[in-house]
Amino acid sequence: MYQIAIIGAGPAGLSAAARAAARDRQARRSSPSYILLEGFSAHAKTIQRYQKGKHVMAEPGFLDLRSDLGFGAGSREKILSAWSDGLSQLNVNIRYNAEVRKIGGGKGAFSIQLVSGEVIQAAFVVLAIGLEGNPRKLGTPGEDLARVQYQLDDPKEFSNETILVVGAGDSAIENALALAEQNDVWILNRGKEFSRAKDANLNAVVAAITDPRRRLNCYYETSIKSVTQTGGAVPLTVVMQTPAGEKTVQCHRIIARLGAIPPRKFVESIGIKFPNERADAIPALSRHYESNVPGVYIIGSLAGFPLIKQAMNQGYDVVEFINGNDVKPADHPLLEYQFFGLPFERTVDEIVERFQTLIPMFREMNALAFRELVIESDLMVAFPPGAEFEDARRRMAQLQKKLAKKDPQPRMTRVIREGEVIYQPGEFGTSFFTIVDGEVLLEATGPQKIRTRLGRGEFFGEMSLLSGRPRLEKAIAGPGCILVETPRRTMLKLMNSNEEVRSGIDWIFIVRELQRHFAPFASLRELRNIATRVTLRKLKAGEVLFAEGETGDSLFVLRSGAITLLRRQGEADQLVSQVRSGQLIGEMALMGDPIRRETATANVAAELIEIKRREFLELTRRDDARLDPLQKDVSRRVVDKARMQVRPEAGTLMNFLMDEGLGEATNVLVIDEALCVGCDNCEKACAETHQGVSRLDREAGATFGNIHIPISCRHCEQPHCMKDCPPNALRRSETGEVYINETCIGCGNCEANCPYGVIRMVYDAPKKPGLVSWMIFAMGSGPGEQPDYKPSAKSKEKGKKATKCDACVGIKGGPACVRACPTGAAIRIGPEQFVDLVEERKR
Amino acid sequence: MIHRNLLSYRGARYLWWSLGLIVASCILYVTQGDAQPPNGGTWQGYVLGTVGALLIVWLTLLGIRKRRYSSTMGTVQGWTSAHVYLGSALIVVATLHSGLQIGWNLHTFAYVLMCVVILSGFFGLYTYMSYPQLISKNREGGARAELFAELFELDRNARAVASRCAPDVAIAVDSSIERTTLGGGIYSQLFSRDDSYFVRGAGKPVRNTDQQQVIDFVGARLPRAAKGAEAANLQQLIVLLCRRQAVLRRIRRDIRLYGWLKIWLYFHVPVTIALLVALVLHIIVTFFYW
Ligand SMILES: Cc1cc2nc3c(=O)[nH]c(=O)nc-3n(C[C@H](O)[C@H](O)[C@H](O)COP(=O)(O)OP(=O)(O)OC[C@H]3O[C@@H](n4cnc5c(N)ncnc54)[C@H](O)[C@@H]3O)c2cc1C
Ligand code: HEM
Ligand code: SF4
Ligand code: SF4
Repeated sequence: MYQIAIIGAGPAGLSAAARAAARDRQARRSSPSYILLEGFSAHAKTIQRYQKGKHVMAEPGFLDLRSDLGFGAGSREKILSAWSDGLSQLNVNIRYNAEVRKIGGGKGAFSIQLVSGEVIQAAFVVLAIGLEGNPRKLGTPGEDLARVQYQLDDPKEFSNETILVVGAGDSAIENALALAEQNDVWILNRGKEFSRAKDANLNAVVAAITDPRRRLNCYYETSIKSVTQTGGAVPLTVVMQTPAGEKTVQCHRIIARLGAIPPRKFVESIGIKFPNERADAIPALSRHYESNVPGVYIIGSLAGFPLIKQAMNQGYDVVEFINGNDVKPADHPLLEYQFFGLPFERTVDEIVERFQTLIPMFREMNALAFRELVIESDLMVAFPPGAEFEDARRRMAQLQKKLAKKDPQPRMTRVIREGEVIYQPGEFGTSFFTIVDGEVLLEATGPQKIRTRLGRGEFFGEMSLLSGRPRLEKAIAGPGCILVETPRRTMLKLMNSNEEVRSGIDWIFIVRELQRHFAPFASLRELRNIATRVTLRKLKAGEVLFAEGETGDSLFVLRSGAITLLRRQGEADQLVSQVRSGQLIGEMALMGDPIRRETATANVAAELIEIKRREFLELTRRDDARLDPLQKDVSRRVVDKARMQVRPEAGTLMNFLMDEGLGEATNVLVIDEALCVGCDNCEKACAETHQGVSRLDREAGATFGNIHIPISCRHCEQPHCMKDCPPNALRRSETGEVYINETCIGCGNCEANCPYGVIRMVYDAPKKPGLVSWMIFAMGSGPGEQPDYKPSAKSKEKGKKATKCDACVGIKGGPACVRACPTGAAIRIGPEQFVDLVEERKR
Repeated sequence: MIHRNLLSYRGARYLWWSLGLIVASCILYVTQGDAQPPNGGTWQGYVLGTVGALLIVWLTLLGIRKRRYSSTMGTVQGWTSAHVYLGSALIVVATLHSGLQIGWNLHTFAYVLMCVVILSGFFGLYTYMSYPQLISKNREGGARAELFAELFELDRNARAVASRCAPDVAIAVDSSIERTTLGGGIYSQLFSRDDSYFVRGAGKPVRNTDQQQVIDFVGARLPRAAKGAEAANLQQLIVLLCRRQAVLRRIRRDIRLYGWLKIWLYFHVPVTIALLVALVLHIIVTFFYW
């Protein structure tokens, strides 16, 4: 019976085991009090799987490492070998090939069952199994045979074999293509086509299958029924189910690439609860990382901390916690600096606790999550202008000086003046503000200036957070205000794991949208009351909101995403309008014509507020200020739609633009092919202003008529690329540009998440001779990205990093591509101008 | 559409500049009277000459500005629009400067070089304004690489089908694919010269311009097809070859249009350099050896 069983030997588990080993050594125990169980044949499978030579980053820079094992930025090999040295030095009690299948029992007496059937007893369990999951198996007899593999490290390893590759995703295709160079390969696809694959892979595999000279063939709509090792020259016998019935074939080997099983099912089987069904939900944990199952602790990426250093620190701390030592977490000093400028003296823990009780929405949050929220947020404190403010500013400057050696831009309290503007309308902010104390004044723009005072516990900025649109109002710091400014990513993570927070924010969003669109002068109490009766709808891409010909009894405000309105015309559907976030849909139904005259479909995932007739009437009865403008809007839109309807070509063009992501774009490069002479000066300008690497591919990308949308960032309202960037390196500037900062660790998540293929993983380009040397002495390859450049040893060491268009944020004069185009073919435009693209020339 | 071309850039603002320059030059020219021959020797002549020389230098600077990517001095489109309009006005400025005194000398040589640059500029402008549209239509939204991808795919399929036909058909198709020419030297590119051949029967290679002959050859085999399967193969082959012909035409057209769009700059720029040299000599000669 062990005191602690640590499951998973990734950075989190390794560090936990190292701490336990060090404690044992200190206590001079002769046998280990813990065991580290790893399913793989070596330590840190996730890191072993990184590409060879990958440079591993030690983000976040401001956090100190606290572990008995070493870790710093360096190559994958160096880090892995440092850990294995550490393991042997501390004589860590680790068991490889020990995948845990089941955990039963309870605190004090857990029984941990391995795949082999063996059972291990422990008083506490630390789950550190990460998020990568284990490969999905065939699920048929014979799935565990040695010649049935779920991973292919080196396709060159096999030659002149007959190999079945099972699966239809990118990794199956890539493996099959590589193996077919020197083997006979059959790819087994359960479906009729390769719809899940990337375009490039799809084309390559279809071409290879149809090419009689390539040694690759495909069984469509086929699955394996059983595999047996029959021996002989071709040792495996496989029974397959094909559309033409059962079929038996012989082969040397099966490579199954069926994706990974996310660890969630396993975690839930232990009794651990997730707050909701969302794929990225994180189980609730106490400040000591303890889950709802007493005695089971969760650390590392499974606990929602996506970086190695965080995982290692938690490994250390969790063992201390289990041993009853309430150490201050390694991030404790960070909070001290955050709180340094507050106008009162309290300990960090007291302040965290006080904040949480002051803000109703956060009261139900678990302590760990709230702490994390404060660490990732900025704290803003307003002082009256004059001596008090100057004094506070001086104190902060002193602290900054003290910290400068470690971190040139330490995160600490932001001191502002009362009356200072927090943000302006039109700014692209993505953060969310919570008022801890004092007051904030919101000033809405538009024909009527509407002021709202917010006080302690209230929040603002939710509109930009949820819809990705620029701020609509001005926010001004009021007397004595203390604010928590939380970045978008942290807030979204929180909303995904905490229903109270989600519904609280949803609700206030609805209140403010009702106020803005329908009743600016209605009392908040009434609005809040009506808001409870309004519903929120979610649509997946392609889903229909309402169909032409239906009778409608509600209108919608589009909160995020984009919707197209189509009218049936003869045989075809014609696009007549495109609705962006913040606009109304279906308003005619409540203002004159109950029949829906269009079919409304979501282009990308969309969220809408649905307002029924009763609530609508109630709103306009309370306050008729908006009625007249609303009616004018309705009339204008009816005319616009009719105008589109009589020009089918415009509708088709609009449709094309939507497919290219302009529905969610804020800034997109559009080339007029009737003007483009193909000089590529745009690409060259991009490379020359961005360290020699072009972030735009002019020739690639789709074309419709004259309109060409090259491969270049659209600066989406809700950037997909930002979704899971471990170091949060993807940012949005106040002016809207989405860019990547220097903390990128090169994991490639953003590349995979961007639906428009605009992110490239590249090595830094070497320096080139200057313009004069090229012009006069013909040195180097001239302006632009050097084709197939050889990265220097140093940039190889640094590793590939993600690059994408940053719309030349911070470069004087704006986008270099546009400024360099001699013919006027290349322009960058925002949503206001998209309609102009489809407008007829008036000349 | 919200794009603006070179000529309509900012409501053709440089057209007005250019017209202003022309009018001012004419006034200057007229005020010379007949005290001296109007050959650049009067003060008005000096002014016109200085303006012309500065214009030439500035027009040349477009080549630099175009590659100063972080420059915030206007945009390259603005520069090019001004280049086109003011470059055209240069004809008037320089002609008035010369007073149309033409002879076999360095001065006239410089003038002719300038006219050559300007004329090539006009030609370039014409291609810039009209060819991109044609190229885009011809490519139908794809890139050139996609046309080539389709061609290679057709090659593969045609070979595969041909291999199931009679040996002479297979040889004809294989050889027609191997001996298809595309591109080539400057002349071939600009005039879409087609030097394709194919091997008919056991004989020597024969011309296969535009792939027509090989199509005819396979077509002629059809009535003599022995079996149903052979006829089907031949039919399929003809469809593939015709598609191949269409794709090849497109690629050739693309190469030709694109060639014209580029070639003039290889003229415009070197002659500009020659012009600059001649201009310097012209000035030196004027001042030191008059
Ligand atoms: C391509 C890529 C690049 C990255 N680059 C960086 C970087 O440069 N810097 C950085 O800080 N972070 C980086 N990350 C993130 C980093 O890898 C993770 O944050 C880290 O690995 C999380 O550690 P962990 O211990 O929580 O989980 P993991 O490292 O995933 O470890 C989990 C371990 O548990 C084992 N396991 C799983 N299930 C079982 C089971 N049932 N029984 C027994 N064992 C089991 C697994 O085999 C594995 O060894 C990158 C991620 C990727 C994918
Ligand atoms: C003496 C007069 C002129 C001189 C010295 C001159 C010189 C130049 C130079 C140096 C370039 C830069 C080429 C490069 O670097 O790629 C250029 C480009 C160009 N010129 Fe001229 N030019 C003159 C007159 C004209 C005229 C009259 C026209 C048209 C009416 C014209 C049209 C153009 C165009 C369209 C370009 C291409 C711009 C581009 O693709 O970047 N030029 N010229
Ligand atoms: S990189 Fe892709 S997902 Fe991110 S903002 Fe640009 S287009 Fe959108
Ligand atoms: S700079 Fe302008 S003309 Fe040149 S390739 Fe780019 S878009 Fe086309």
